[in-house]
Amino acid sequence: MKNLVKEFTKGIIKENPTFVLVLGLCPTLAVSVSVANGIGMGIAATFVLLGSSVIVALVRDFIPDKIRIPCYIVIIATFVTIAELCMKAYSPGLDRALGIYVPLIVVNCIVLGRAEAFACKNSMARSFFDGLGMGLGFTLALILISGIREFLGSGQILGHVLIKGFEPIFVFGMPSGALLVIGLLLGFFNLLKNRKA
Amino acid sequence: MKSNLIVSGSPHIRKEGSVPRIMWTVAASLIPAGIAGVVIFGLDALWVTLAAVIAAVLSEWAFGIFTKRKITILDGSAVITGILLAFNLPSGVPLWLPVVGAVFSIFIGKQVFGGLGQNIFNPALVGRVFLMASWPKYMTTFSRPFSYDAITSATPLAILKEGKILEHISYLDLFLGKRGGCIGEVCILALLIGAAVLLIRGYITWHIPVTYIFTTAVFTYIFGAGQLFHGDWLFHILSGGLILGAFFMATDYVATPLTAKGQIIFGVGCGLLTAVIRLWGGYPEGASYAILMMNAATPFIDRYTKNRIYGSK
Repeated sequence: MKNLVKEFTKGIIKENPTFVLVLGLCPTLAVSVSVANGIGMGIAATFVLLGSSVIVALVRDFIPDKIRIPCYIVIIATFVTIAELCMKAYSPGLDRALGIYVPLIVVNCIVLGRAEAFACKNSMARSFFDGLGMGLGFTLALILISGIREFLGSGQILGHVLIKGFEPIFVFGMPSGALLVIGLLLGFFNLLKNRKA
Repeated sequence: MKSNLIVSGSPHIRKEGSVPRIMWTVAASLIPAGIAGVVIFGLDALWVTLAAVIAAVLSEWAFGIFTKRKITILDGSAVITGILLAFNLPSGVPLWLPVVGAVFSIFIGKQVFGGLGQNIFNPALVGRVFLMASWPKYMTTFSRPFSYDAITSATPLAILKEGKILEHISYLDLFLGKRGGCIGEVCILALLIGAAVLLIRGYITWHIPVTYIFTTAVFTYIFGAGQLFHGDWLFHILSGGLILGAFFMATDYVATPLTAKGQIIFGVGCGLLTAVIRLWGGYPEGASYAILMMNAATPFIDRYTKNRIYGSK
């Protein structure tokens, strides 16, 4: 049981997919304009991660080694399609905002990375908690980045104005702002890590 | 008996110059343009420049304290960054704008790369482009020369970009700075005085400025008008930030190529990009983007223009 808790919590800080493993930066850069987009993307990715990790862990003994990657992709693509269709049906606005980046979860390095590095070697229960933790870590990272960008770039958080009279710094709403914020946050987390060590 | 033969490693020829000395000379050479800016746009220009310089020096100091490194505010490089940033701003901006820009220039443009000597881009231009992308409203509202109040006017290049015809602006007006524009870029005469000092002292070489200005002139002469070879090249040289950029920002020691051959490639590249942005790009002026783009290409240029070491193939 203690083991499972460890698998769950490691994804949040110690092996955070965005800030420590530096995986899946493409959707992170693209959709982190607003917190709502970040949360939506995080939930979709977590769902896919959870589903694919469990299924890969279940079938790991049946998949021939040589064709394992195509097999993982088929499994992942199935969950992505489910997530995409659900999003289209239940929140079309979010679907339009995220656009191509929802189907692109198929090639998100975090999902494939966890299947290849963890789920194919571990039991279903452990893979489940690993996927959940990683998904949560990814979501939290997205919320942090998109929170900073939305606040600086448009002066709002989730559509609420925080400080009156604050003149938004447009650059943080642009792609260059995403690179800046992620770069500085990566530096900051590396600083914390080095300080601890 | 002691031998008179002294064996020592290179360098064997030493010169008086040091980093602070060069930096302070460059800062001094910018003073004429600053005075011209204050004369043309009024005291606002002075406050903007002071705000940028003070903010740049304070952020350099704060970064030194925060990272427990040597504090480098006395070498003058932060002062230059502040001055150059302010010279690239309109005089009527609110005073927090140069402050934010200077902090960004020093932190993001310079110190995160490791400080002076490590920055891949010209810090002042990084600050300017950041301000331009963030608050375009302020960055494109220019004061009218010699009016000393809130009357605004467009820059000659912006008027040209909108397809209107320029009225009563002579080449002499452009040369002396009687036009709308940023604080430090308008008075070509004052800039040339400062540049002459730097050239005579040998702190900058002719390669980048001359090739930069010449390429822009040739390119705008060929493609600047509806008909080929009818462009108003003199107008393009005298307007916008070309002269300021060519002499003071494209010659940044750190972010430009080391060899003469490389510097010529750098200058031609800057000239081409400036002309292309001015003639066909979305902005009326392209000097700052051109220099930043060529800054990015500098390591690449350096790699292919290495001087042959004597005796090697």
